[in-house]
Amino acid sequence: MMRAELKQFVGTLPMRILEDLDSELPEKISDAKFKKIMSTVAVEYRSSLAEPGECVGLVTAESIGEPGTQMTLNTFHFAGVSEMNVTTGLPRLIEILDGRVEISTKMMEIYLKKPYCDGQDIRQIAERFKETRLKEYIREINIDIAETKMHILLDTEALKERKISAALIGKILAKGLKGFDVKIDKESGLLIKASGDDALGLIYKLKEKIKEVHIDGIKGITQVLPVKRGNEYVIVTAGSNMKEILKSEFVDTKRVTTNSIAEIESIFGIEAAREAIIKEMLKVLKDQGISIDLRHVLLVSDAMTMSGKVLGVSRYGIVKEKPSVLARASFETPIRHVINAAMVGETDSLNSVIENVMINQPVPLGTGLPGLVTKVADKKKSKK
Amino acid sequence: MESFISKKVDKIEFGLMGPKFIKDMASAKIVTPELYDKEGYPVDGGLMDIRLGVIDPGLKCKTCGCKLKECPGHFGYIELARPVVHIKFISFILDLLRCTCRSCGNVLIPNEKITKAKDELDKIGSEFGVDEQIGQVKEIIASLKTITKCPHCKEKQLKIKIEKPTTFLEDEKRLTPIEVRSRLERIKREHLQIFGINTAVAQPEWMVLTVLPIPPVTMRPSITLETGERSEDDLTHKLGDIVRINQRLFENINAGAPEIIIEDLWDLLQYHITTFFDNEVSQLPPARHRSGQPLKTLTARSKSKEGRIRHNLAGKRTNFSARTVISPDPMLDINEVGVPQVMAMKLTVPERVTEWNKEYLKGFITKGPKEYPGANYIVRPDGRRKKITDETKEQLLEELQPGFIVERHLMDGDISLFNRQPSLHRMSMMCHRVKVLPGLTLRMNPAVCVPYNADFDGDEMNLHIPQTEEARVEAEVLMEVQTQLISPRYGLSIIGCNQDTISGNYYLTKFLNKIPRREAVDLLAATGIEDFSKLPGKEFVSGKDVFGCLLPDDFNFKGYAKHYKQNQDDPDAIVLIEDGKLITGILDKNNLGEGSGLLLRNLHKQYGAKRMVKLLGMINRLGIEVLLRYGFTTAISDIDLKPEVKEKVSKILSDADSDVKKMIQQFSDGSLELLPGRDLKETLELRVLERLNKARNETGEVVTQNADQTTNTLMMIQSGARGNFLNLAQMAACVGQQALRGGRINKGYKGRTLSCFKKGDLGVSARGYIKRGFRNGLEPFELFFMAMTGRDSLMDTALRTPKSGYLYRRLANALQDFKVEYDFTVRDAGKRIVQFKYGEDGIDVSKSEGGKINVSHIIRTA
Repeated sequence: MMRAELKQFVGTLPMRILEDLDSELPEKISDAKFKKIMSTVAVEYRSSLAEPGECVGLVTAESIGEPGTQMTLNTFHFAGVSEMNVTTGLPRLIEILDGRVEISTKMMEIYLKKPYCDGQDIRQIAERFKETRLKEYIREINIDIAETKMHILLDTEALKERKISAALIGKILAKGLKGFDVKIDKESGLLIKASGDDALGLIYKLKEKIKEVHIDGIKGITQVLPVKRGNEYVIVTAGSNMKEILKSEFVDTKRVTTNSIAEIESIFGIEAAREAIIKEMLKVLKDQGISIDLRHVLLVSDAMTMSGKVLGVSRYGIVKEKPSVLARASFETPIRHVINAAMVGETDSLNSVIENVMINQPVPLGTGLPGLVTKVADKKKSKK
Repeated sequence: MESFISKKVDKIEFGLMGPKFIKDMASAKIVTPELYDKEGYPVDGGLMDIRLGVIDPGLKCKTCGCKLKECPGHFGYIELARPVVHIKFISFILDLLRCTCRSCGNVLIPNEKITKAKDELDKIGSEFGVDEQIGQVKEIIASLKTITKCPHCKEKQLKIKIEKPTTFLEDEKRLTPIEVRSRLERIKREHLQIFGINTAVAQPEWMVLTVLPIPPVTMRPSITLETGERSEDDLTHKLGDIVRINQRLFENINAGAPEIIIEDLWDLLQYHITTFFDNEVSQLPPARHRSGQPLKTLTARSKSKEGRIRHNLAGKRTNFSARTVISPDPMLDINEVGVPQVMAMKLTVPERVTEWNKEYLKGFITKGPKEYPGANYIVRPDGRRKKITDETKEQLLEELQPGFIVERHLMDGDISLFNRQPSLHRMSMMCHRVKVLPGLTLRMNPAVCVPYNADFDGDEMNLHIPQTEEARVEAEVLMEVQTQLISPRYGLSIIGCNQDTISGNYYLTKFLNKIPRREAVDLLAATGIEDFSKLPGKEFVSGKDVFGCLLPDDFNFKGYAKHYKQNQDDPDAIVLIEDGKLITGILDKNNLGEGSGLLLRNLHKQYGAKRMVKLLGMINRLGIEVLLRYGFTTAISDIDLKPEVKEKVSKILSDADSDVKKMIQQFSDGSLELLPGRDLKETLELRVLERLNKARNETGEVVTQNADQTTNTLMMIQSGARGNFLNLAQMAACVGQQALRGGRINKGYKGRTLSCFKKGDLGVSARGYIKRGFRNGLEPFELFFMAMTGRDSLMDTALRTPKSGYLYRRLANALQDFKVEYDFTVRDAGKRIVQFKYGEDGIDVSKSEGGKINVSHIIRTA
């Protein structure tokens, strides 16, 4: 809680400065001294403001682009023995800034409710999340060519371990496989019969496809790993499926996270996506030991999310949204931009940087921004 | 009086050119493919017609009467015998044909829906901008394509296909461009809005060409080879083909030739016009020179990095610039650049003559271009430039009067811009003061190597001399080195001491506790100090006294040296400065270096950038001077280990070896305990890696603890000047595991890494662990392992550079027009708000301290 005398400054000074002041100011302080400090802080703050016309965007681009050359390209790294392989460094940064929907290594961190976060049944819960496919329950597949039948022998032990009945598998298959006749055999096996002209071909194709049929667990989560963080257990997963995980009764829904920005956007909305972009970028930068001020990260994520949906820093994203034809044309695929502009009859009002560079005019940034206003003597009057 | 005309381009409108527009714009009709007559004079009505502009010296343009370089060039046109489709509009044409009725020309949606669609488009257009509108148009078009019957005239619609690149087929029957054009004409103008076509600037039938504009000769100049032969531009060649075929087509049509011949010619004309616009259409063979090399036509000219837009329009070049190899000179100030005299005599600064500086400038003219400092040119008020030579000198001196401009040689103190590529951040181009020096290289203070990322192994840098007063002022105020001390990336100083200067100051403040006063005075004199009154009046002074002499008298500071964490009791671990005197403390990277450099940061804060730059220069020179006088070198004996240490190291290594052997044994038994989520092999690899890293760290520790504390190598490490303990351990004891793809090396031959190992050997050495140190030398197989990882990292760098370069380009392009507005919001070019306050508190990082305002400092000083 902030001390009372600082409260009047809320609004005039940023919160962060006030918080710093709150912790740094000595307990007892004379009024005069307090006033003096506050006025120096205010002066200091005002003198370190970014001035109007400052091209903060370019500074941000430089600040992120310049250390890019120092980052590693190695996709995989081991962050300690018990963690998993993760995309880091430059490839991950590019992925985030592209606003890609499909990222190369999705991960979730699942925090659990009490008492599970203390480690109760942690293994089982984790295993429960992990998706399983039919191939994990199969011991043998036989195809009867004459009758165009497939006989699947199920692995009873594996079934028992996951507490799945053969009937359930039969049900799932019957629902998923249209045009096939699925029956459950007594000796815990499945009989699948194909019919029609190309029955044999179908059954052969099915043999490979059927192995990948999703049976149990949460789709998309390919690996689970219970990890101890501080004094609670967290489940780290490879693969991500926020929507389904949130439905689970064990999960602390307030703290579950994923590294898939697209997923966060679709479930929690744009503000959450913005936070996620910031978080993920900071993670990469910290990993690589690169110091970049938070403001730059904020600006990029704001630029990516300001339109209400996550846009990548690419010709399909932010650059496409630019109002100027020439600015877009100077980036990529110039001809297409010019032709589309001609059809629609666009006008380029030349108020950003690159167009003015092109036509040799001052750029409306920094010192190019202010104009000079003078009073022009009235011609009629001067004649008199 | 000079008269100024100020022109400003307010906006640029885009639209299509119709036949009438093309004809009105043109200044000549082109009728013959011939270029020149027998005398080599351009033919009237030919492609080099002088009504289109001139490219030969001496000729005058018939349209504007201007000579070469004055005439901007003028368009011409040719009347096409038969219409031809424009390749770049094919997809639009196809959409239009598919979505409109083949007989009545109405859009294939019922009337009431048309108005609805239009309203929707208008709404989207006004709310979200043009791009959204185009997106919506695409959706509408997609929904139209499925309708098979015209809702207006009930005509059955046939399927229209496109046979790439330029042929339209309607139910396998070919649609000629004439038919296409007439259908496009038939479309109701009021419906075109649905397709996103603005009828004010674009009529759909204009997408089928009946008239072709001929670009001016000035954009396709011919070059004369040494043999006197003329070589025409690619575009002229292409246009020649077009005109020739067009003429033949005309003749054949007039002569009533059979339809097949006409159609063949028509197709040929289509081909030539298509390749004129784009010679890289995927289904067409590119038009080639006789030598077989493809012609560079309009599309290729404008697009991509070497195209007109990125290369010429967005990439400006300048005169008054120089480039050569750089070399260091610590005696220069940080904001100076040493310019060779030969350069200074070519680069000039324009100075306007006034009553008051007339005599001064006359001095330069008298010296002329060959003597330094002289002048090369004078510019008369009417803009005529006169070269100063021995012959013209007298006359020019007489002529000189206020209003003239003298371009004098570069002199000390002139403003210049200094740059090193790649210019990744704004500190890559800074303003330096010129210092004209003998020699042939550009010289700089080694302290500015960091922002430029320069070294002196042959790097070259560029220098530019701003030519106008505005430019000079901007450079001075915004770009001079002292204004760039703090990086806008993280808010800490980017210019500080490095390498030798840190070692020197460390040595001075740590070991030199008794210097004869004479020597101390010598040291200080070398840094540029002339007032020695601050030095204690004793016979012997300490290094700390000497350092204190550089500091301002009222400076107070308390900081921590690098070794404070390890040894808090050492009084020298705390850097204490009182009233400009260094009381205790050793100066090392923590206080002098770039990045952290707290001492420097405080000096900057208290005394301003200008003073700080001076001080930094002096501190640097002091460091170097110390090393120069007392000697500083690193020797192989620095990394010698005592026999007992050697033994310890070899024990650590053999322990690790046996541990790993045990693990491998367990692995082959299958008794190895699995790590979660791993199989046996992975578990082994991870465990081994862990164990070996531990061994390497242990050797590192042993070496660190037992290293000779007095060696210079160790001093460099401890001061933070260069190197770390890991480097030392690698040299003295053990290089360690060579990692490839995040694991041990397992590539190479079948079942083994190198042919000197047994197959299936998972042992320490066989998988890239280097037990030896660099000093003792590597075994051949170890060298191979090092070469493997060395090449891997080389590859990594080579692949990373273009990737990060592209990321940077995209970021810069996307964010370049974000600026802080007068109301302190951050907005883009379209005035859309990105942030309500920059960084949510409005603080400029380069004016902050690590992104913050140093509150504790204010409280302490208040």
